[in-house]
Amino acid sequence: MRTFPIGGIHPHDNKEWSKDKAIEVLELPDEVKLPMVQHIGAPATPIVQKGDKVLVGQVVGQSVGFVSANIHSPVSGTVTNVDMFPNGQGQRRMMVVIKREGDEWLETIDRTPDHKRECKLEPKEIIAKIKDAGIVGLGGAQFPTHVKLSIPDGQKAEVVVINGVECEPYLTSDYRTMLERAEMVLTGTEIVMRAVGVERAVIGVENNKPDAIKHLREVIARDGYRGIEVMPLKMRYPQGGEKQLIAAVTGRQVPPPPALPISVGAVVCNVSTCVAIYEAVQKNKPLIERVVTVTGKHLKTTHNYLARFGTSVSRLFELAGIPEGDVKLLNGGPMMGRSVVDITAPLIKGCSGLTVITGEEAARGKELSCIKCGKCVEVCPMGLEPYILSKLAKLQKWDMAEEHNTVDCIECGCCSYTCPSYLPLLDYIRIGKQTVSTIVRARAAANNKR
Amino acid sequence: MNPLILTVLTLGVLGVLLAVVLYFVAQKFKVEEDPRIDEVEKMLPGANCGGCGFAGCRAMSEALVKNDNIDSLFCPVAGGEVMKSIAGYLGKSAAEKAPMVATMRCGGTCQKRPKVNHYDGALSCAVVNTFYIGESGCAFGCIGYGDCVQACKFGAMSLNPETGLVEIDPDKCTACGACVKTCPKALIELRKKWPKNRAVYVACRSKNRGSVVMKVCKAGCIGCGKCAKACPFGAITIDSYLAYINPDKCKLCRKCVNECPTGAIVLKNMEPLPKEPAAPKAVESKSETANK
Repeated sequence: MRTFPIGGIHPHDNKEWSKDKAIEVLELPDEVKLPMVQHIGAPATPIVQKGDKVLVGQVVGQSVGFVSANIHSPVSGTVTNVDMFPNGQGQRRMMVVIKREGDEWLETIDRTPDHKRECKLEPKEIIAKIKDAGIVGLGGAQFPTHVKLSIPDGQKAEVVVINGVECEPYLTSDYRTMLERAEMVLTGTEIVMRAVGVERAVIGVENNKPDAIKHLREVIARDGYRGIEVMPLKMRYPQGGEKQLIAAVTGRQVPPPPALPISVGAVVCNVSTCVAIYEAVQKNKPLIERVVTVTGKHLKTTHNYLARFGTSVSRLFELAGIPEGDVKLLNGGPMMGRSVVDITAPLIKGCSGLTVITGEEAARGKELSCIKCGKCVEVCPMGLEPYILSKLAKLQKWDMAEEHNTVDCIECGCCSYTCPSYLPLLDYIRIGKQTVSTIVRARAAANNKR
Repeated sequence: MNPLILTVLTLGVLGVLLAVVLYFVAQKFKVEEDPRIDEVEKMLPGANCGGCGFAGCRAMSEALVKNDNIDSLFCPVAGGEVMKSIAGYLGKSAAEKAPMVATMRCGGTCQKRPKVNHYDGALSCAVVNTFYIGESGCAFGCIGYGDCVQACKFGAMSLNPETGLVEIDPDKCTACGACVKTCPKALIELRKKWPKNRAVYVACRSKNRGSVVMKVCKAGCIGCGKCAKACPFGAITIDSYLAYINPDKCKLCRKCVNECPTGAIVLKNMEPLPKEPAAPKAVESKSETANK
């Protein structure tokens, strides 16, 4: 069975808590907060004002430039505020607040439940529709999908890789999507293949989800999806990383940044993104909701919800029943998730799950000295040397950090996970990565001026 | 011959020959350097802190000697007096700059701005800043892990464990600006240094609405604007619910301090003005003495 060539760890997947919970449609929230940044790139501009009436699917945030995405209203009602509010990390972001009144949709949206497979649109039209629908990568990186599907001149896509890996422990939203919405995933894949002009697509699924593999294969055989193959992958974290998945599926290695996956002929999309693409292209439905897992060992109940964006995170935690005592609330899973300090924050496009772990489980060990055991080097899936990178960032030796390719780090956290001295390796590497990226960008801008 | 004598003789002759060669080579390839650079470097404090914008004191002294116009060059550690004497030595006119001091503009102590979560990652403000806003609910306040304390080369900064805030010793501070660059929340500002280290400033950077500030911190500026109205010199401006006292316009009259409902305006090394009822008397007695 295939997997990526170097590094990686094998944490307990903890998916048993929520994997058998079918997707439930969450009751509509009374109020939604929509951040204008739910994607990588330029923030969207709010185009509604206090007092405006909006319908479900109406644009409230207009994308600015190419690398940006529209924000649509997930409810119908009145805009009550356009101001700065804290996000999950407490940082102030521009948000549009809408008070819900009823549930009226834009007339252009097809709300019939029947599956519509045939797509005769031209690639350009498909990409335009995806752009209008504000679709971003729903795996967590939130990269605008239309940018990914617009192949630059001189490069050619050879294969579409669909990410059904979900290597992050605890999360089961993609798994449930593959089980319950397989037709949408596959039609979405077909649309992506059409948009980038390739005949072959591979859906990578880790072997801890045998029913998803079986179900997808059954549907492919039953409905005759041509050129789509399901590839079981050996379970290993971080297989869901774009570069790791390409290496596992195609055996090709993406060169260091600024090269993109397209340079090895691959286009990667998440399964949830495929569903969103299907809905946008075939049903004219913009991205207004997603499947989100609410899970944790100590929760009263765990869920897989189909929730509208902008729903308060506290509502989701409330429904799951947070245990007493100190807890850590995570937006995402325990490996790459960001802790949530402000639970009034809204659910955003990139949030595939909310995980609750107790304070005891979350506590880090006491920081000791580096014993040069080399475990972090062994597990780094990018072939970097985390102990050096973290030290260089600590000493602020940015030029040396750049030489050691700190910007290649994908922040998967394998090094911090495996360190026997409990060193906060990734904490410092992240600073190094950010600072060096800023320096590199400033240098490129200065060179362009010249 | 005795091998000892032979060795000494050989090495001695070789040494003399090479010294002669080196002497002529040194004469031939001599680098003309202004001797004044050395002199100026001796006059500079030699802290190599980078506060002037150059890599060190040597680079600064080179710039001072080579540039005709040295208005833009200033060593904050040495101060105006030394700069004047350097300019006098070089026969140039020195820039006049009032002495400055670093000021930490957050008053959110542990008591006034309680912690609402627990952080156990790497103990560095920069690291915390990449994760989230910090352990208090305020997105603008001091994180309190002391990156600035480590950046300070003069030992002027310290972390007060009782308040959880950074304190600056104005006597040791040289206004080199290293802490200003380090603070991820941009809390530290170089302000005009008054005699006896007197100071009046708004110890808050929160641009949140007053209602939001009140929830997370009892010492924050709520942007009510009372101080701006009270200021007779127009030194106080309110921008995004935050008052700012312009150090160039402020005359330390202290009228704003009593007006502030949250105590966000901090008075250092000065007695506050007496409270409202006593105020008219004080004015009278002053005018009387003036008349006499």
